[in-house]
Amino acid sequence: MTAALDVDGAAAPPRQNGELVFAEPWEGRAFGLAMALTDAGVISYDVFRDALIAKIAAWESAPPAGECYSYYRCWLQALEQVLADAQLVAPDDVAARAALFAVRPAGHDHDHDHDHEHHHD
Amino acid sequence: MQPGIDLALRTEALESLLLERGLADTKTIETFIGIYETQVGPMNGAKVVAKAWTDPEYKARLLAEGTAAIAELGFKGPQGEHMVVLENTPAVHHVVVCTLCSCYPWPVLGLPPSWYKDSAYRSRVVREPRAVLAEWGTVLGDDVEVKVVDSSSEVRYFVLPERPAGTESLSEEELAALVTRDNMVGVTKVSTGVAAP
Repeated sequence: MTAALDVDGAAAPPRQNGELVFAEPWEGRAFGLAMALTDAGVISYDVFRDALIAKIAAWESAPPAGECYSYYRCWLQALEQVLADAQLVAPDDVAARAALFAVRPAGHDHDHDHDHEHHHD
Repeated sequence: MQPGIDLALRTEALESLLLERGLADTKTIETFIGIYETQVGPMNGAKVVAKAWTDPEYKARLLAEGTAAIAELGFKGPQGEHMVVLENTPAVHHVVVCTLCSCYPWPVLGLPPSWYKDSAYRSRVVREPRAVLAEWGTVLGDDVEVKVVDSSSEVRYFVLPERPAGTESLSEEELAALVTRDNMVGVTKVSTGVAAP
């Protein structure tokens, strides 16, 4: 229950008018990634925003059966697409890495140098 | 995106590749997350509103040059360019939407709430603003003009709500505590917590 730990633990984010800024930790990571990349000039925010608009419009015009709308899913898809278009990160690389992470043994500590303790399983 | 692969894993995979390739660094990523989780939020906008209520010259600058007047209080940054402040009055009620995505004035309101990003709000508030406002408890008389304004990357709207009656004796700080995010998007009016007569 990684999500619940991150939401309820010591690093629990404060709420804005009763609502979490990010519903799940990965949403915050995806947000932070896009901001860091635009801040560093690796990608342009305008290009990213256009991609985000396109992803949202595509989902709304044909919502996949059984899938709830997720703003940050569109955000992540847009970010991946912009990085793929810029030939910085290929989608296959992301898929391969994600598949690798999916088979990590339980209790694996991922190796980012986070200040706070949290554990992915 | 391939179905079946968890979004959290996918995000973590993307991050690890970006770190390896020197395109991003953990510290910058976490700085941005932290800023928006802990520092930037609607309390900034509330301070802008309270100052405008108590300082007529500031209010004039705010309505004339939103971005510059907001920056006077130290609130600037991504998504804070081209801010236009609209005053709600007994005659005109503005409500903000971004029909295309979720353009929103981050430096004064933080990141948008989920309902602002949902297609239901984005499409309905344009078609039937009075009905949507009524669902928020904001029932407006026929004599009040409702203006729905569409934020974009060119213009980000921010609503200066009406100062409630009976707040003449409150300090700027006490006034700021009354103002909520929803007031500044325009879906609700500022409440003093006391039932209207």
